[in-house]
Amino acid sequence: MTDIYLDNNATTKVDHAVVDVMIPYFLEQYGNPSSIHKFADGVARGIKRARQQVQELIGAEHDSEIIFTSCGTESNSTAILSAIKAQPNKKEIITTTVEHPAILSLCDALEKDGYTIHRMPVDKAGRLNVESYKKLLSDQVAIVSVMWANNETGTIFPVQELAQLAHDAGVMFHTDAVQAVGKIPMMLQDTKIDMLSLSGHKLHAPKGIGVLYLRRGTRYRPLLRGGHQERGRRAGTENTASIVGLGKACELALAHIEYENTQVKAMRDRLERGITEQIPHCFVTGDLYNRLPNTTDIAFEYIEGEAILMLLNKAGIAASSGSACTSGSLEPSHVMRAMDIPYTAAHGTIRFSFSRYNSMHEVDEVLKVMPGVVATLRKLSPYWEGDGPVANPEQAFKPTYA
Amino acid sequence: MWDYSDKVKEHFFNPKNAGAVPDANAIGEVGSISCGDALRLTLKVDDDSEVILDAGFQTFGCGSAIASSSVLTEIIKGMTIDDALKVTNQDIADQLEGLPPEKMHCSVMGREALQAAIANYRGEEWADDHEEGALICKCFAIDAVMIEEMVWANKLRTVEDVTNFTKAGGGCASCHEDIEAILEKVLAEKGETFDPEAPAVTKKPAIAEVKGPLTNLQRIKKIEEVLESLRPALMADGGDVELVEVMGNTAYVNMTGACNGCQMAAMTIAGIQQRLMEVMGEFIKVVPASEMKKLVNIEVA
Repeated sequence: MTDIYLDNNATTKVDHAVVDVMIPYFLEQYGNPSSIHKFADGVARGIKRARQQVQELIGAEHDSEIIFTSCGTESNSTAILSAIKAQPNKKEIITTTVEHPAILSLCDALEKDGYTIHRMPVDKAGRLNVESYKKLLSDQVAIVSVMWANNETGTIFPVQELAQLAHDAGVMFHTDAVQAVGKIPMMLQDTKIDMLSLSGHKLHAPKGIGVLYLRRGTRYRPLLRGGHQERGRRAGTENTASIVGLGKACELALAHIEYENTQVKAMRDRLERGITEQIPHCFVTGDLYNRLPNTTDIAFEYIEGEAILMLLNKAGIAASSGSACTSGSLEPSHVMRAMDIPYTAAHGTIRFSFSRYNSMHEVDEVLKVMPGVVATLRKLSPYWEGDGPVANPEQAFKPTYA
Repeated sequence: MWDYSDKVKEHFFNPKNAGAVPDANAIGEVGSISCGDALRLTLKVDDDSEVILDAGFQTFGCGSAIASSSVLTEIIKGMTIDDALKVTNQDIADQLEGLPPEKMHCSVMGREALQAAIANYRGEEWADDHEEGALICKCFAIDAVMIEEMVWANKLRTVEDVTNFTKAGGGCASCHEDIEAILEKVLAEKGETFDPEAPAVTKKPAIAEVKGPLTNLQRIKKIEEVLESLRPALMADGGDVELVEVMGNTAYVNMTGACNGCQMAAMTIAGIQQRLMEVMGEFIKVVPASEMKKLVNIEVA
């Protein structure tokens, strides 16, 4: 059996067609786009075309609203730091408890610098409370940053509504859409989103290329100053091959957006149904009715995620976990904790994330393996006895915690 | 993914002694806040010889927690409980051909389960004496709680101090920002402010590191020399340390004065051991002399 890759929210395989369009920019058109000779004369055109391909995927009004960066994290940092630099008198930031560390760590650091950070909680299904969001909006807020879709659960936040509310209150709105772009349709020109981050490697482009969408007219301060690249908004020689590759990847993503939301979704649904029907004491986390089509995050109670991943890996299946052990941190994922998932389940969450490269056959293979993996580990678990959890698990096993 | 040794994988994929031992007469249940791992160790101890006849484990935890549990049961089967108590977490890690620094606490959990099980057999109450915090220094596996306590106990002021006392930050140096944050926090609690420019309050003792093998006499002299260099810091807190015996690579010490019975004693011993290993360039185990009594059955001062 060939290996099965179900970790596409972590990163994706680069599409062959993307590699093909990149190669000439390494070997032939390797000139600096700022130069005036034949090694560079096609490069500017290549970048322009890529900018239009990105523009089309996200529905931006102008191609000049696309700024190429080195990654999603750079786009996120640029957006937030630009907003606070452009509005030095506004000392508050609104975000959520379930953002990616690219946002949360930056906000933690800004908090030390004296900023007030409002981290909006989520309910047990990972949803925000729009009413309490409205109360936080004020002329003291420099920027709202809310992710479009959550990387762990796939839960989609109503960013268009939130952006409209921010706009009405005169507050800038940024969204980290790294997981959403290419998986769900979007038309930014019809929204009040001021800034958006995306990352190439989540949609079959290479790692090391990202985009910051910056709505025309939004007040902006660059993170990197220097040359005139990206109209002076992001200095540094262009990563030409990757920019061209990202353009192609966006074109392909747009062409497959219906496939993603029908065929890929069908694979995800079949896996999810198969697992929850066959395996007792497991449940899907997040907002089941408002999710990315490619993601399912399932908590297997009484066992631990890293151990599950190791057994899956042995069976040739790649997925990921919200357990603490996979990251070396002390706590299970902050997303699981924010949703108040009990520890004995939060440590056993496994995320399966699909792409258009997966197949129904692979789903069936995983369904054959998964019950055995879970049963093997439950046999070792102090919370499990025979065919089910011990009665009153929390009472039956009460370890002294060090 | 972690870079696990083949031994870890072997014990994870084919765990030994999984499940509870029937009619067990010693049960230890412990957990580590890190990773949320938890382990129940069940032993069948022969009441006459005090030999561990059978051992079984049930673990909620990651790959290395399961492997640590499995290898622990293999190590202790057939041992007397007195001998089993001498098994350290390092022994568990060594049997597994090493663990990543972030995973060392899995071996600590194994040792604690063993202590708890034996305490249970003897009708004693086992209480854990240390707390684990977020891992700060990945080079030397030092966590936040250990650094905080060292800063409190030894009036440390700078990153250099912390490195001298705990080794944290002495490797790749990428955790210095985190160590500064701990200093800022603890010093603020003490009503002081952290000054990154302040001179270190401690100086790393200048002792030539050992090259080449040592005779037993040379080893003892060197250990004395290292203890001498650490003494001022201990005495500043009203404590002291005394070398009682050296057997092979094990040094038996008496913690005296304020160190005696202090909650920090275990940590101080770990610090001494670390410093000894640095200077001697070999594995040295530092053990309280009270443990030696059980071992050689002689009275010590």
